[in-house]
Amino acid sequence: MMAVVATAMVVQRNLFAVVVLGGIYSFLMATALVALDAVDVAMTEASVGAGISTVLLLGALHLVRGDEARPLGRPWFPLAVSIAAGGVLVYGTLGLSAFSDADAPIHRHVAPRYIEQAMKETGVPNVVTAVLASYRGYDTLGETTVVFTAGIGVIALLRQRRRKDRDRK
Amino acid sequence: MMFAAATLAIIVTMALAIVRAIRGPTVFDRAQAGNTTGTMAVMLLAVIGFLNGRPEFLDLAIVYGLLNLVGTIAVLKFFRYGDLGDPGEGEPPRQP
Repeated sequence: MMAVVATAMVVQRNLFAVVVLGGIYSFLMATALVALDAVDVAMTEASVGAGISTVLLLGALHLVRGDEARPLGRPWFPLAVSIAAGGVLVYGTLGLSAFSDADAPIHRHVAPRYIEQAMKETGVPNVVTAVLASYRGYDTLGETTVVFTAGIGVIALLRQRRRKDRDRK
Repeated sequence: MMFAAATLAIIVTMALAIVRAIRGPTVFDRAQAGNTTGTMAVMLLAVIGFLNGRPEFLDLAIVYGLLNLVGTIAVLKFFRYGDLGDPGEGEPPRQP
């Protein structure tokens, strides 16, 4: 079902329909993630993909025309690159350990230390918060910077347009 | 058994809504189809929770419902006013 929606998004030339289909795709993706027990990721997918992205894409759609231009040539080379990348990713999943395997490397490398030492080393009672804010502090700082910059860019683009509208009236 | 049948019915409904979203001639067909898909996602989430015997994620379904509402209102407001920042007809425009 998700493949059908994605194909329709590629083929469809009306950008408004593409935005609506993108929201639908996000809801399907979030449902699939819940079925895989990744509840927090599903939550993010639903709020970002179906909520904020739809709103922001509609705001961007207001700045451009509603129909996509016909492509100039046949995009065979990007298609080949996409299929190759997908094939490599599928090949990579063959090397993963079994689903919910307790002996997988991710559960044996640093996770026990996080669980046992986090309180002593950082003084933060919540393990997830300790990992994000202390062990991976610089990583989180970088992510926050990226999100902040993107937010400033979006606000600048949408505000400018509104002020121009008001001057015209 | 009953939950499995419900899941199947919801998936069929979702497929029909997606067909309408892809083919839909007017904007309203597509907005309605998007909203229906979101609602079906909420219900599917709830039913899958009971199907697996762990209905702890019902609150997540409620969050989906709220997001679905926000998305649909954004789509309709965009269509009505052509701009997301436009105040409604009743309110006077804000002075800078």
